[in-house]
Amino acid sequence: MLKVTPLLEKHRELGAHLTAFGGWEMPLRYKSELAEHHAVRQQAGLFDLSHMGEFLVRGPKAAEFLQSVLTNDLAKLTPGRAQYTFLLNPQGGIIDDLILYQLESELFLLVVNAANTTRDREWLRENLPPTGVSLQDISEETVLIALSGPASTDLLGMHTDRTAIEAMPYYSCQKLSVAGMEVLVATTGYTGEWTYELFVRKEYGPQLWAILQAERGSLKASPAGLAARNTLRLEMGYLLCGTDIDESTTPLEAGAGWAVKLEKGDFIGRSALQAQKQEGLRRKLVGLLSESARVLPRNAMPLLNEKGEEIGRITSGSLGPTLQRGIALGYLPPTYQLGDTVYISIRGQLTPLRITRPPFVSETSLTQRLKARL
Amino acid sequence: MQFPEELYYTREHEWLKRIGEKEAVVGITDFAQSQLGDIVYVDIPSVGQRVEAGTVFGTIEAVKTVSDLYMPVTGTILEKNPVLESHPEKVNESPYEEGWMIRIEIEKPEQLETLLRAEAYRTLVG
Repeated sequence: MLKVTPLLEKHRELGAHLTAFGGWEMPLRYKSELAEHHAVRQQAGLFDLSHMGEFLVRGPKAAEFLQSVLTNDLAKLTPGRAQYTFLLNPQGGIIDDLILYQLESELFLLVVNAANTTRDREWLRENLPPTGVSLQDISEETVLIALSGPASTDLLGMHTDRTAIEAMPYYSCQKLSVAGMEVLVATTGYTGEWTYELFVRKEYGPQLWAILQAERGSLKASPAGLAARNTLRLEMGYLLCGTDIDESTTPLEAGAGWAVKLEKGDFIGRSALQAQKQEGLRRKLVGLLSESARVLPRNAMPLLNEKGEEIGRITSGSLGPTLQRGIALGYLPPTYQLGDTVYISIRGQLTPLRITRPPFVSETSLTQRLKARL
Repeated sequence: MQFPEELYYTREHEWLKRIGEKEAVVGITDFAQSQLGDIVYVDIPSVGQRVEAGTVFGTIEAVKTVSDLYMPVTGTILEKNPVLESHPEKVNESPYEEGWMIRIEIEKPEQLETLLRAEAYRTLVG
């Protein structure tokens, strides 16, 4: 039985094509995923992310506990800041990738992938110390809406303290009143555009969605589904858990070593990652770019050398709508370098892909805002 | 969702429209395009060739997936829709008219009886 987003009626009214994703029935696209993709890159898109899992971790030992189960260094966080991090098994395999928000000195919010919510919760509970930390799963009471794109500040600024949101750094969060509703506003995102992620109690969700979806003169946020969200994240080279990473891959292989701080002290999976670092990687995740929109790499396609022998595998592949070329992420032996050519079989022919370093799209409203702040 | 009465349908979601004693036009259904999402490329390498019923005459690439196109009846492919070369989105916008894929010469008109009519196809995808 699929879980239902509190915004389902809104999606039905908009004629959404729904799909099962991570145990939830969610919008795949409203009409055209390409139009939705371009709307986010050019103006703004509105995503229902209510399928994501949210946990509150609270107590005098909350920070110490999270430091022992997550890879990134919590000591670098302060209240109102967020970080990207991993939950690993003892072998260093990725149980989930998640965003950790510090709300108060002894209160943290973890936002996890829908399909992993139950697994993550059980894993955290098993590792919880006997006293000093509580874990509360608020996934089913929480609506998460993302407003993403170059116009996101203009659009959200109409309904809240514009000065406050303009001052927010990347990967930060604060409680604000949005159209009279109490909302946790976070500047995290998954599209590569400047994004506000809005957490609200589910009973306010439909009202918040309706307010954000209303057109304001020439400005509008186009409802966008999971299909557009996937092409947007793939253009940035962002990982999708369950597709690019899982318990058989480590953050080092996935090129996300920057979110792993081996020097911070012990955490689950640390010794396995240290050993992997010493022994060297046997494979690494790379970006792959085709020569045209007619050569589209696909999930799970084998990567081949010039003799047609399998050397690796694509994990995510699609058209990159902004580039109008095929783009992909995949694993290859570390002997392959940036700029090298590998092959896929397209309609029976060996067809080249070039190894590149993501992001595939480098000029966005996110990179502009980050540059403006330097 | 539209299922024009005058068309024949396959279980693989192609439609066939008879335009003469031995000629027909073939495309994919409204249901098929809505399932595939935005079409970005239609590859039909078999113009001029005889293709058996139920075998592949081309492929269609959507943003997320690639699918094979199946010949509804045995015949020779006379022409492919030249518009799709630069406007593959016509398959989404107008699957039964501007988004047609191939014009064929039917070898055995009696094979049409093996195809579904609108009501049966509607039930299949309903």
